[in-house]
Amino acid sequence: MALSGMRGLSTFISDVRNCQNKEAERSRVDKELANIRTKFKNEKGLALHEKKKYVWKMLYIYMLGYDVDFGHMETVSLISAPKYPEKQVGYIVTSCLLNENHDFLRLVINTVRNDIIGNNETFQCLALTMVGNIGGRDFSESLAPDVQKLLLSNSCRPVVRKKAALCLLRLYRKNPDVVNVDGWSERMVHLLDEKDIGVLTAVMSLLVSLVANTPDAYWNCVPKCVRILERLTRGQEIPQEYTYYGIPSPWLQVKTMRVLQYFPTIEDPNIRKSLFEILQRILMGTDVVKNVNKNNASHAVLFEALALVMHLDAEKEMLSQCVALLGKFIAVREPNIRYLGLENMTRMLLVVDVQDTIKKHQAQIITSLKDPDISIRRRSLDLLYGMCDVSNAREIVEELLQYLTTADFGIREELALKAAILSESFAPDLKWYVDVILQLIEKAGDFVSDDIWYRVVQFVTNNEDLQAYAAATVLAYLDKPAVHETMVKVAGYLLGEYSHLLARQPGCTPKDIFYVIYDKFPIVTIGTKAILLSAFAKILLHSQPQDPELRERVIDVFKRYECSVDADVQQRCVEYLMLCEKGPDMVDIMAEMPKFPERQSALLKRAENTEGDAAEASATKLRLQQQNSMALVVAEPQTNGAAHPPILKPSVAPVQTEQLALPEPPSSAHQRALSNGNAHPEVPVTAAAAVAAPSLLEEPITAPASMPATAPAPTPAPSAVDLLGDLLAPLAIEAAPGTMPSDNNAILDFGLDPSGLAPGPAPAQVSGPADPLTLALYDGPDTKVQPIGNIEDWYKALMIKDSGILYEDPYVQIGVKADWRGIQGRLVLFIGNKHTGSLSNVKVVVLPPSHLRFQSPPVPDTIPPRAQVQCPFDIFCLQASRETAVLEFAYNNGNIPVGVNLKLPVLMNKFLQAVPVTANDFVGRWRALTGPPTKLQEVVRNVRPIPLAEMAALFNSLHIGVAPGLDPNVNNIVCASTFYSESAQATLCLIRVETDPSDRTQLRLTVGSPDPTTTYELKEYIKEQLIDVRTLTPVPPVVPAPTPAISGLTGPAAVLAGLI
Amino acid sequence: MIHFVLLISRQGKVRLTKWYSPHTQKERTKVIRELSGMILSRGPKLCNFLEWRGLKVVYKRYASLYFCMCVDADDNELETLEIIHHFVEILDRYFGNVCELDLIFNFHKAYYILDEVLIAGELQETSKKSVARVIAAQDTLIEHAKEQSSSLSNIIAQATK
Repeated sequence: MALSGMRGLSTFISDVRNCQNKEAERSRVDKELANIRTKFKNEKGLALHEKKKYVWKMLYIYMLGYDVDFGHMETVSLISAPKYPEKQVGYIVTSCLLNENHDFLRLVINTVRNDIIGNNETFQCLALTMVGNIGGRDFSESLAPDVQKLLLSNSCRPVVRKKAALCLLRLYRKNPDVVNVDGWSERMVHLLDEKDIGVLTAVMSLLVSLVANTPDAYWNCVPKCVRILERLTRGQEIPQEYTYYGIPSPWLQVKTMRVLQYFPTIEDPNIRKSLFEILQRILMGTDVVKNVNKNNASHAVLFEALALVMHLDAEKEMLSQCVALLGKFIAVREPNIRYLGLENMTRMLLVVDVQDTIKKHQAQIITSLKDPDISIRRRSLDLLYGMCDVSNAREIVEELLQYLTTADFGIREELALKAAILSESFAPDLKWYVDVILQLIEKAGDFVSDDIWYRVVQFVTNNEDLQAYAAATVLAYLDKPAVHETMVKVAGYLLGEYSHLLARQPGCTPKDIFYVIYDKFPIVTIGTKAILLSAFAKILLHSQPQDPELRERVIDVFKRYECSVDADVQQRCVEYLMLCEKGPDMVDIMAEMPKFPERQSALLKRAENTEGDAAEASATKLRLQQQNSMALVVAEPQTNGAAHPPILKPSVAPVQTEQLALPEPPSSAHQRALSNGNAHPEVPVTAAAAVAAPSLLEEPITAPASMPATAPAPTPAPSAVDLLGDLLAPLAIEAAPGTMPSDNNAILDFGLDPSGLAPGPAPAQVSGPADPLTLALYDGPDTKVQPIGNIEDWYKALMIKDSGILYEDPYVQIGVKADWRGIQGRLVLFIGNKHTGSLSNVKVVVLPPSHLRFQSPPVPDTIPPRAQVQCPFDIFCLQASRETAVLEFAYNNGNIPVGVNLKLPVLMNKFLQAVPVTANDFVGRWRALTGPPTKLQEVVRNVRPIPLAEMAALFNSLHIGVAPGLDPNVNNIVCASTFYSESAQATLCLIRVETDPSDRTQLRLTVGSPDPTTTYELKEYIKEQLIDVRTLTPVPPVVPAPTPAISGLTGPAAVLAGLI
Repeated sequence: MIHFVLLISRQGKVRLTKWYSPHTQKERTKVIRELSGMILSRGPKLCNFLEWRGLKVVYKRYASLYFCMCVDADDNELETLEIIHHFVEILDRYFGNVCELDLIFNFHKAYYILDEVLIAGELQETSKKSVARVIAAQDTLIEHAKEQSSSLSNIIAQATK
């Protein structure tokens, strides 16, 4: 099995394997890459079968994890090879190296299509496989009809048809319009009669996708699917080769049941009956056997059957059968089955009312929470979360808390959030809830988000019963040696508010409490300090009469932080100092916080947003449905002090609670309005202080009026950070694909590197045009003479005009005048000597790119003083291309040699001629161009935003004739022009630009012409112009403008210019 | 659907990758690094499924090689696990007791075979015999082409003598 005929590849692989370390491997790989690069560069001498070898090497290197950023064109070009071995390599390596968005793929659409519609079966297979694996939207638009034909054909062999079915599936995923709903449902029914199991499996995969999108359209497939399932489960007419460990194609069984799950229900009683018989047989007849693979396969079928039973609203009896089965599964030792048992139990919770049956397995599920496998722990956590209600909340949450201490980091945050939500939703009493959250903070402080502790504060604030208890509990936590900062925050806040309730207990004087908190003060972050400062102020002002020592210490702290760099802390200190001085009059400001208005738990909102698998998301959804916000307890405005009502049953609708909340004690209305705007409990303290500010302002020394306004700003920071975190997280993932379109260089490089298509342009020039400035000043060997004026601007002006200045320095000025007619043009260079001495060794050489033919005139060796010579060039356009011709210009001034390389304004647009078209003519021709490669479309981004009229003027100045009024949409521009070249003669090019009035920086560009090269080049050329119009726009669109660019010049230059 | 197929050795070397949903080169490298770290560190007696970025990775170890396939969260995990085994059996039949070395030196064959088993991230053929027939036919075609070219060059060589 050696690599036949590819000894080089084999040797290379051995070499890499023998490398002792990573460095050695890298240097061996680099050597090989360099070798391949050289081989590809001298492409003409490379036979196809040799190319094949290098392409395989590239794939191997790529697989090892090295970047392979060249040679893609060579790979793609193998697809067009005439012989099977090369073609195969081309197809396979292309589909491994490139992804569907790669521009090169468009270049081969035609070849691929020819292979698909050709009569060579092996080529058909290769092409279908590649399109099926990496075909994008372009492919689906141009190939779908041909692929459909193959799938439906009677003459094709199964090997082609099954590939066609999956290829069509891919194209359908990329563009659902390719499968016409009406026509296809009948065809699918017909296809389900297929005898070949391979083809049938592929067709079934296609059907799954179709039905998932439009179940209504494929009703008529249901009976067929049930019959196929029947046939499979009974093992009728199934060839031996399609049984897998004695089971008739388990994959086809699974897929068929998957199809049936997409139909809402199955109403026909007969079909329903026979389907249930089949399912019953699967549920009952699946035994555990010794062979792993047989076991897996039969259970794959079994779990799919379970899912179908759940979906179909089966009889209660059958459902409890399912639960019993699942109960058995979650207790087995085999980890896969246990995992799936847990997963499916969670799914079952969502569909049917089996809570009570599942609760019987609670102990078993809790055992799985301690499984060594994180996948199983996750499932178990999810299931516990889903099955939790008032009856078992205490037990489940306590298990979660216990697990929290040993849980690995990957799962802690989720665990903490879920524990918090459950304890909030199903707390048997509120003290327990406070205990749970505080334990949560103690055990996993880092994983307890701010939302969680805000929520506790809300509850404590809204439930008077709880306040003294909460204050005492946090005080106990603060006494512990190591306290998490979040705990300090909660404790600081709660003690500030409610520590006076503890005053009668021993060791709880305001002073004691202050010292307990103050003990933590030096080690906490600035945000926490702000909260603690408010707590100090409250403790001081709540205590009447004030303890002089306490007062002194508190004022001392405020004074110390009065000059803090943190605006929030500084402001708090300044304000609190003033309040302290004001004394008892100000006590009202420091009164307890009013109750919070009820709101949806931020935790649940967050849980909804957390990224997770489908099962988890749906479990949260279920939670939301059951959720009666704890704000219920809160919404008992008049009964403060009375025993709070027990937590309501989950069935109470939130609407009711809102109504309950409406009556409000008028006295607190004002305060409530204040706190409404503040999402965070620590803010209202400042808000309250801020309200006090106007009265304080009467005294000159108080804080400036602007400060209250700024106060809340620093405080919400934590949530802002969270928000940013949330926003950034998805971006980080999406950023990578996003860079592709915006990276002009990549696209342009590609566009200008036709080495695989057009025969060899000089590579050195190729890389330049990505940045227009790089070519403008090709430094000669030693240029000491600097040009006067901006060469790049002149060049840009010349792109759309036919005469003007090309170059000027203190000694020489070069002007250009050109005339274009069809495929040829005449360009005259006027080289004027501005100097009083003569210029010798004058060299005027044009380096023409491959697509142009230049006939150069003889150029005199010297230019006498104050004289001008003319060099007329005759130019022929051979083919469309965006490369530029470069003029090498050099002379000697005395003994000083001067040399520059200049881009010549001989561009594609010079060979374009606008043609008037009628609407009918345009539409007819437009339709005739069906798609790539003769018609290309691209969404261009980063377009310089310019008004539509200006864009039309730009097109006109580029000889791309705008045909106004042809397109009914005023935001679109359509143009028609003839491009003249030797290879394609006169080619009519049609262009359509669709702009988006709301976003001028992007537009959709479609270019069509009978010649693929012209289409492509013209599209790229227009794109360049649109992206890079910054210096073009100011130039008036009128074409003949004799010498506008030099009007400001005086002296010999102006004289010279006048001569032109 | 299967989003990608990954073969990694115990040392973390990639032996085959195939992507059915679009990923840029950067993402591909990142995904491979992330997953090989997670999978290689898992103990032998754990389940074959791994939840990852809202998707599921189904993997199985055969000797020194881990075969991984990434599927949607609601896909049938055991079905995918047996697709892996199906692929391994076909490789085994083709190479005759397949080992990692076979797949290193004949990685291109592994790609040919995978293309006959999966297309568009879906199972294409469940019959091992049928896949073997197609692969054998391919091999014959390549052999033919080689003979042809060598005989042709013989003729030329003789003619120029």
